Amino acid sequence: MALWLTILIIVLVVLVLFVILLYNSVIRLNNQVKNSWAQIDVQLKRRADLIPNLIETVKGYVKHEKGVLTEVTKARTAFLNAKGVNAKAKASNMLSGTLKSLFAVSENYPQLKANENFMQLQEELSGTENKIAYSRQHYNDMVMEFNTKIQVFPNNMIANMLNFKSKESFEAPAADRKNVKVKFD
Amino acid sequence: MAKANIYDQVRNNKIKSWLLFFIFIILISALGVAFGFYLGSPIGGTIIAAMIAIIYGLIAYYSGASMILKMTGAKPVTKREFPYLYNTVEGLAIAAGIPTPQCYVIDDSALNAFATGRDPKHAAVTVTTGLLKVMNRQELEGVIAHEMSHIKNLDIRMMMLAAVMVGVVTLISDFMLRSFLWGGHGKSSNRKDSGQLGLILIVVALVLAILAPIVAQLIKLAISRKREFLADANGALLTRYPPGLASALEKIKKDPDPLVDKANKATAHLFISTPFRKTKGLMARAFSTHPDINERIRRLKGM
Repeated sequence: MALWLTILIIVLVVLVLFVILLYNSVIRLNNQVKNSWAQIDVQLKRRADLIPNLIETVKGYVKHEKGVLTEVTKARTAFLNAKGVNAKAKASNMLSGTLKSLFAVSENYPQLKANENFMQLQEELSGTENKIAYSRQHYNDMVMEFNTKIQVFPNNMIANMLNFKSKESFEAPAADRKNVKVKFD
Repeated sequence: MAKANIYDQVRNNKIKSWLLFFIFIILISALGVAFGFYLGSPIGGTIIAAMIAIIYGLIAYYSGASMILKMTGAKPVTKREFPYLYNTVEGLAIAAGIPTPQCYVIDDSALNAFATGRDPKHAAVTVTTGLLKVMNRQELEGVIAHEMSHIKNLDIRMMMLAAVMVGVVTLISDFMLRSFLWGGHGKSSNRKDSGQLGLILIVVALVLAILAPIVAQLIKLAISRKREFLADANGALLTRYPPGLASALEKIKKDPDPLVDKANKATAHLFISTPFRKTKGLMARAFSTHPDINERIRRLKGM
């Protein structure tokens, strides 16, 4: 009787310990996912902040294609007003598109291309585009780690009981990574 | 695949760093025994040497990185001066999920780069001006991603301690050898001491004899060429674009003057590619701190 009780207690203690350890590591991963999501947000915001400067610089040089500039401004405003992940993603995609056409147009203006300020802004913007891509990649890595953690056996049983849900990653084809385009789903 | 291993790598590097530290204390203490004999108090010599070793070890841990950066002539740069470099480093730090390391530049036409520091929070990435000039964005990203993986899996701690400790052991044994040769000449007139001197002579010779291969082994342990392959693989995982680093290595291979002026034997293993003139031959390859660059390119292209 006493032996059975001891075994029971040991099994219970091991079980409780297992649950505690699992719970803590899931929480840790969950926070990492949240943090990497915030990182994407920071980079998107940074890009939006760079645009007024860019418009200011380009305005003086571009004579015939003023429409491109208003497109960029519009897309930026739309992005800043967007609420929620999906809307933000869509708006940021639009913004990338308009920026791309702006840089395409700037190819026709050698003086603009030689402008120190413009070159700096172009470097900053392409650097930020890269960072957006990298932060999304890191987010996906974190999401994958989180999902694996709660989906493997026997973690999945406990995760179900604790109501941990799998997270969705940002799908972006690998070929898109080197382009300026940012695509969210 | 490489990603699943990263926790093992980190643990492995932590253990090896401790091991390196203990071997260092033992080595210095052994030198202390020899010196203690010379002064007539072997135990005192040992204790003093061990204390010096521990203090030096702590100094090495906390300021080894800045010692190395000074040794190699690397200068800290701001984002304003090198926006291109900074943007690349920041992007890859985000990809690796570590804080942005401090950027340094060596004014040298050779194509090379290295990372150092004690952990990802206290890390530095250094590139030569030649590298910045020659590489395009994808290639620079490949190189920086390689360094970023050295930082993330704590290779930097290991390699930093190796650089600083191996350097000082070589220095001390060198110094002892010299002073022993000098002292030998000075005391040879004093016949009374010749018996004791003979004993010291044997002890010192013995210690030095033991020391040399251990130091060599240590360097090997620290460098372990596998480390470079792993950093290549993990770097490719960060950029998701192995051809970037492959073509960077291709350019490094063709570099006509790979000599980084201020690199020396103690810091050579830190660099992405050997900072000395290329040497051929079996001996050179056996003691090379870096794997064959062609092999690295081949593996990257196979990814």
